[in-house]
Amino acid sequence: MIGIIDYKAGNGPSVLSAVAHLGYKAELVNTPERVLQMTHIIMPGVGSAGATMESLKELGLIDAIKTAVLENKVPFLGVCVGMQILFDHSEEDDADCLGFLPGQVVKFDREKVRVPQMGWNKVTFSENMGYKAEDDYFYFVNSYYVVPEDKSHIWGTAEYGGLFTAAVCKGNIYGTQFHIEKSAKAGLSLLNGFLSLKGGRL
Amino acid sequence: MITKRLIACFDIIGDRVTKAVKFQDNIDVGPAEDLASVMYDEQIDELIFYDITASAEKRRINIEVVKKVAARMFIPFTVGGGIKNLEDMHEALKAGAEKISIDSMAVRNPGIIKEGALAFGSQCIVLSTQVKRTQKSLKIPSGYEVYIDGARLATGMDAIEWIKRGQDLGAGEICINSIDNDGTLSGYDIELMQMAGEAVSVPLIASGGAGKPEHLKELFSKTAAQAAIISSMLYSPRMERNYKVAEIKEYLMKENIHVRPIRV
Repeated sequence: MIGIIDYKAGNGPSVLSAVAHLGYKAELVNTPERVLQMTHIIMPGVGSAGATMESLKELGLIDAIKTAVLENKVPFLGVCVGMQILFDHSEEDDADCLGFLPGQVVKFDREKVRVPQMGWNKVTFSENMGYKAEDDYFYFVNSYYVVPEDKSHIWGTAEYGGLFTAAVCKGNIYGTQFHIEKSAKAGLSLLNGFLSLKGGRL
Repeated sequence: MITKRLIACFDIIGDRVTKAVKFQDNIDVGPAEDLASVMYDEQIDELIFYDITASAEKRRINIEVVKKVAARMFIPFTVGGGIKNLEDMHEALKAGAEKISIDSMAVRNPGIIKEGALAFGSQCIVLSTQVKRTQKSLKIPSGYEVYIDGARLATGMDAIEWIKRGQDLGAGEICINSIDNDGTLSGYDIELMQMAGEAVSVPLIASGGAGKPEHLKELFSKTAAQAAIISSMLYSPRMERNYKVAEIKEYLMKENIHVRPIRV
């Protein structure tokens, strides 16, 4: 079963709708027990990094996510803030995050660009990373972006007052800064690739 | 680089899309969920949905229609009309909306902008405002006044001051509708959008007046607007002819306006 983490202010239902549209069975999960039974985990993201981490703590999900992702190697996809919290720390709310990937989350420069970035932007994917992804336009809504310490974790880049990291990948861990569930056919196609990966548990 | 967005705007009565001129004489266009499907297939970039009678009828937004529309498409979706508090916002978000538009309610209770931004993030809160040209005065230095309640009630507030305040309170995007130009098909109010672009740094949506692709070129080349509402052009039965999203985008690309290309 594909699990979509259901936390306060997340847009789990939208992600669920996209996954169901692709013909997969999925459910919204908010207990550690269920998280550990999933074959794939998607962490949707809306709102701030601090509030998202708080919400995961309140639900007691952090240890279960760590076990599933780091030990059981379940394919994990973080979307938007769900990707940002994979890193060590976010400037937003000065929040300590999961630290699965080394790096920081920083804010776009208001002097250079309109913040938040809102709209469709072109993402260029690197080869030999993750599964096959085609360069296309995806929908972004973000004031912050990730700066991975290890450049080999950068899967896709886009431009907004300079190049920024739009997607990351390390082993079973994937993240997209853009809203994969709201990026029309381009997003659905990329999501389908993730869901086709061999699941970690049955 | 980020592309300019074309947004379809549904004025909903019951579960049907309607089209008005200057906020009056709404005529029926069709069922919301069907039109949402058509717009999605045509590759519109985004959809805004206003339950236009919710406020006046003092009821909450029609969540069932929001759900039906959300289920038909996988593009960003903003919902407005009858949103009074955090609970209403949460309901609409759970039903599949990404962003919440607040308009008259924000004028009556500006604190709702801040509350919404704190609870769901600024990116979630769109401040929409209806503005009308008026005599420049001490109270309204920009010469644009804010109207509420379906553009029926003048507030005495300066439109430019209001959007600045909205940004300071946490609105992540601002949608400005020109009452003068709405439904006239004569083009956007360029001067208004230029002033707005200088006043705020969050993304701006222009609304009111689009009648042909040239109007979008004018808007995007002369103002900082990042997005434009087009509705009459796409589906108003009053138009001599409606445009396809693809032909509008083809024209804009030829004119060097950066838009999301149509995916074949």
